[in-house]
Amino acid sequence: MQIPVVRNILEANDRMSAELKKLFDDRGILVLNLMSSPGAGKTALLEKTLAELAGEYKMAVIEGDLQTDNDARRVAATGAQAVQINTDGGCHLDGSMVLSALESLDLDGLDILFIENVGNLVCPAEFNLGEDACVALLSVTEGDDKPEKYPLLFHKSEAMVLNKVDLLPYVDFDLDKAAGQGKRINEDIQVFPLSCRSGEGLAPWYEWLRTKVTDKKG
Amino acid sequence: MSIVQNLLDLIRQEMATHNVSTLHSVKIKHGKLTHVVPEALDFAWEALTRDTEFEGAGLETEEVPLVLKCGGCGREFTPEGLAAMISPCPYCEEQIGHELVSGRELHIEHIEAE
Ligand SMILES: [Zn+2]
Repeated sequence: MQIPVVRNILEANDRMSAELKKLFDDRGILVLNLMSSPGAGKTALLEKTLAELAGEYKMAVIEGDLQTDNDARRVAATGAQAVQINTDGGCHLDGSMVLSALESLDLDGLDILFIENVGNLVCPAEFNLGEDACVALLSVTEGDDKPEKYPLLFHKSEAMVLNKVDLLPYVDFDLDKAAGQGKRINEDIQVFPLSCRSGEGLAPWYEWLRTKVTDKKG
Repeated sequence: MSIVQNLLDLIRQEMATHNVSTLHSVKIKHGKLTHVVPEALDFAWEALTRDTEFEGAGLETEEVPLVLKCGGCGREFTPEGLAAMISPCPYCEEQIGHELVSGRELHIEHIEAE
């Protein structure tokens, strides 16, 4: 016999995400889910941010995308707590992985939790992790048509970071085109062209983080 | 893979609820925006049902097209191609503010079992 079901296949993850969200809300912790292609510079952005805002906020990182041991050392060197998730080759993080990572984190007094998702523009966008906002990160060494190729990611993200702008003179990347595509997919998306190497453009990114923390604490 | 794992959990729950034990097939719908690749699902389905009570059961997939509601005139349209979300409205040419009507679905439709 045919049994009609009509259930969301990812409902278990959505439920887990809602529980995580409540846990983070109760503690006033801002949670950001960072998504990008491999090598776009998520670790570099985190390293800068953790180091430069260390005096203002208590921050932690859940790392789902360690490309080298070096990445972990770079994050640890900033003094922030970091816990690594082993995805077993999986292409994204899910709610249960975040929940188990929390066992190794001290949430007391935490202001910001960054979740560094697996380097992949497709799958992670389907899995909510209890985050307040998703951040899509691109580097100018990638195609400037990424937003239109991966619309769901940009539709879901509150911020779009365009990293490595110091390389713009050497690559064929149209900043306005990428930003414009992002804006057309999601009118409210905040665009941050910046370079973790030269430091240009980081100030507006920090300012956005400060606003988000303030909003979260109500 | 983990989509199929989640799917199998739901099927087990539904079969228990309806007191059935043999699965013949399952039908799912996936929205165009989810980037689900049916061949990849088939592969994962084969791999994860092998040597289980579901071995041999069929997986039927149906893509749900992307439908947008124009941010300008409010009419619905189905854009072509990858540039979907930033397509100009065919009626008024507005490019921004389109609302997503369908295309994000990822759900089970029904199971055939007894
Ligand atoms: Zn229109």
